[in-house]
Amino acid sequence: MPEVKNSDDGVQVDLIGGERMAGKTSMEKIRMILDGVRDGNIVILEEGLSPDEESKLIEVTMTEISPDEFSGIEIETYPRSKTSDSSLLGRLMGRESTGSKLTVIGPANQIETLHKDENLISALISHK
Amino acid sequence: MGLFTGLRQSIARVTDKLFSSEEPKRIGIYGPPNAGKTTLANRIARDWTGDAVGPESHVPHETRRARRKENVEIERDGRKVTIDIVDTPGVTTKVDYEEFLDHDMDKEDAVRRSREATEGVAEAMHWLREDVDGVIYVLDSSTDPFTQVNTMLIGIIESQDLPVLILANKTDLDDSSVQRIRNAYPQHETIPLSALEGDNMDEVYTKIAEYFG
Repeated sequence: MPEVKNSDDGVQVDLIGGERMAGKTSMEKIRMILDGVRDGNIVILEEGLSPDEESKLIEVTMTEISPDEFSGIEIETYPRSKTSDSSLLGRLMGRESTGSKLTVIGPANQIETLHKDENLISALISHK
Repeated sequence: MGLFTGLRQSIARVTDKLFSSEEPKRIGIYGPPNAGKTTLANRIARDWTGDAVGPESHVPHETRRARRKENVEIERDGRKVTIDIVDTPGVTTKVDYEEFLDHDMDKEDAVRRSREATEGVAEAMHWLREDVDGVIYVLDSSTDPFTQVNTMLIGIIESQDLPVLILANKTDLDDSSVQRIRNAYPQHETIPLSALEGDNMDEVYTKIAEYFG
């Protein structure tokens, strides 16, 4: 996994390529993301998550929040998820295109701002 | 999944929805914390049944477990629509008990409240995938609607092919901007209202009948 790791009090950034996620189940992806974030890492997904996986990520995150340990996640996606194929034919065919998207996920207590505009996601990360 | 299998399953889902209209539709009221979901649920329940759904508060996560009001009959233009209203906790990706300490709570109460809030959000997300027939998505029109949680949730709702009605609540506030919400989610119709004051509820009921009837 490509990663940037600084000194002991630095912040690790994990960039997870699409191929690494391709063979995994939804729960395996969510486990990988939350394990990284709970270690204090910033996780960047090259291909983002599907809407169903995003829903499960929120659900599992909620079950793992505990006082003074883990308060949840900050998440931002670029570009914003499109309504994919919203045509009647597309829906009848069961198409679920998430489009090309890049998702940044980090621990809520360390990401001070996660700002997104048209073509930039910027995060200010504090040390623990 | 093969093309024809996907097509067959999609058609089956559509026909299931068309022919199951005898049962009340379960309509989930979703949105971020403090958007006015419970105020709206109470307004609808009081208008059509005389009872409220639950207590309202300015403290975030006042609604920590989903509350349901069953068999709410809404009549518009001679047509009767029966729905079960499910008022859900405000959806978020983080809950920090310390945010409750500012609301005159001790640590024990704050921790309990945050634990209940996380369980409620997890439950609401599960139901969104499994157990609702339509969604009323409530936004506070005086705040920025273009947040990741809103975008993500509306994407999730769209991916489930659920009918969704977006309500721009709190139009009684000076900072309210319904247009800001229309601009953020142009793929959906946005209905302005003040659930607190009861403004524009006639149109809300007309749209509920239209979307969920």
